Amino acid sequence: MEIIDQHGNLLLILACCFGFFMAWGVGANDVANAMGTSVGSKALTVRQAIFIAMIFEFLGAYLAGGSVTDTIRKGIIAPEAFTGTPELLVFGMMAALLAAGTWLFLASMMGWPVSTTHSIVGAIVGFVAAGIGVDAVNWDQVTEIVMSWVVSPMMAGIISFGLFMSVQKLILTQPDPFSRAKKLVPVYMFFVGLMVGMVTILKGLKYVLKDHHVEFSFMQSLGLSAIIGLIVAGVGALLLTRIRRDLVAEQTSRYASVEKIFAVLMVFTACAMAFAHGSNDVANAIGPLAAIVSVIESGGTVAKTAALPGWILLLGAGGIVFGLATYGFRVIATVGKKITELTPSRGFAAELGAASTVVIASGTGLPISTTHTLVGAILGVGIARGISALNLRVIGSIFMSWIITLPAGAGLAIVFFFMFKGMFM
Amino acid sequence: MALLSGTLNGLFGASPIKPIQEHMTRAHECVSGLNEFLEATLANDWPRAEAAQGRITELENAADELKMTIRLHLPKSLFMPAPREDFLELLHVQERIANRARDIAGIMLGRRMSFPANMADPMREYLAACIATSAKALTAIQELDELLETGFSGPEVELVQNLIRELNELEHRTDVLQIDIRSLLFAQEDDLRAVDVIFLYKIIDGVGDLANAAQQVGSRLQILIAR
Repeated sequence: MEIIDQHGNLLLILACCFGFFMAWGVGANDVANAMGTSVGSKALTVRQAIFIAMIFEFLGAYLAGGSVTDTIRKGIIAPEAFTGTPELLVFGMMAALLAAGTWLFLASMMGWPVSTTHSIVGAIVGFVAAGIGVDAVNWDQVTEIVMSWVVSPMMAGIISFGLFMSVQKLILTQPDPFSRAKKLVPVYMFFVGLMVGMVTILKGLKYVLKDHHVEFSFMQSLGLSAIIGLIVAGVGALLLTRIRRDLVAEQTSRYASVEKIFAVLMVFTACAMAFAHGSNDVANAIGPLAAIVSVIESGGTVAKTAALPGWILLLGAGGIVFGLATYGFRVIATVGKKITELTPSRGFAAELGAASTVVIASGTGLPISTTHTLVGAILGVGIARGISALNLRVIGSIFMSWIITLPAGAGLAIVFFFMFKGMFM
Repeated sequence: MALLSGTLNGLFGASPIKPIQEHMTRAHECVSGLNEFLEATLANDWPRAEAAQGRITELENAADELKMTIRLHLPKSLFMPAPREDFLELLHVQERIANRARDIAGIMLGRRMSFPANMADPMREYLAACIATSAKALTAIQELDELLETGFSGPEVELVQNLIRELNELEHRTDVLQIDIRSLLFAQEDDLRAVDVIFLYKIIDGVGDLANAAQQVGSRLQILIAR
């Protein structure tokens, strides 16, 4: 207890720095996978992708990042285990942040595909199990999280498969695909708006609006989201009126004009993707920070009910945007250059499938990997015979990322945990 | 830190579709080159025939190289809209077209062969029918990227099925012409040197096999589309 009174401010500043650094890493690196598909399919330029990412990553993190942040900060641990020794939770969460950050930095240098989510979850489980006791881990929640890592790519794959099949049946194989696309693409846009709206209003906004005592019932949320969807579809339809048939391009590929329409749709799914990514991945950076802040500000109590302060979400959202601005644009350009096999009609199906899955996970409070979800979504389109060549070795690298990242994050967190303990106690 | 994004970069393999289309284009160019070659041999203009044969060989080499790169870029771990074996089989029959064209020109040039005067026009017609068959196969192969765009379904499949039907009809015509030309040769076998006759039959067979291979490009394509 004295440690927190004595070093509270120092610990707080340190934790904020670590958290901001992690958020920077998310913005600098992870966003690239979310936006790379749009850049690769030439639906967006790198500049436009950065612009969209900055706005929607921020909105996603701020408006819908609360649930996952709560899971990271107090869902994985059993708070009862820390009563009496709240300082251990502070050290542990700092160790987890530092461990995940170090591991991500190391892995990036070596070119290993790792996930921020896995690093942080591994780190938290690691320090709690080794530093406090195996019973201090909320294993039910951890099991649920691990299950979601298997389920989320599959779910995204199924949604994307269905979306692409619907595009195929309703648009691509119709006699006049161009005018069919013009009519039906706004419907997909409506679903983009509806889906993002639903999760935000139902699950996210309560963290932002809780001080104002604003609450919506399910039906109110549905109604509001439908209005958002209609507005999105309206804006989209307006943009589509400007798309003309390109007869020159059609001579080389008969579907060139149709793809131009899907490119407009992809601007919307890219927004949804950035929003979804922000809403889920911000927690990796600020979840541990939020845990530390609530212990220090309450003067040493570990409360399960402690509310998530809005400024922490802002800090995380700001960190992601800062990462994007300082480094992310380069990574997006690199990823975009390599993903050129996805045409907009497929890219949209993959992005919408992945974004829906991630946003639903964010609403449920499950920290998942956006990249793995997107891989699942793209494979779904591939199974619908939509993509010429997919390298299945990637699935192996995903499993490797689980097998390596979880113990690595855990091991490093244990080392840092005992280091902090030795330094302050 | 850019390497962190490796997962998504590694997901996309090189598409075999454009290279396969290009390979078929080269193979067909070999076949069309036979027209100029036949005219040269009929005119007994051997320097001209040699030049034509040289061009065919060059094209065949280019096709060969393409084939190698395609094969190299189709590892077993690749997931494609159709089984990898189907793509490789397609490539194999396309390769046979180019090979036959090269062999025909090679043998005829090496032996300074020429068809008897009364066979010149039927031979022209026969070869033209073969070239038309190969051209139709190329047209069908050029629909591959459109097939991919529609996810191998709908009217695009119908369109390709029609092309394959036309391809079969063209090949059937070469069969009919082959029978005629063989009987024409049979009628004058006694007037020609026995060795020459054997090789003339060989050339006629070769041209026929070329049309056969073109037809098989269609069959392979059909297997590739069907699921």
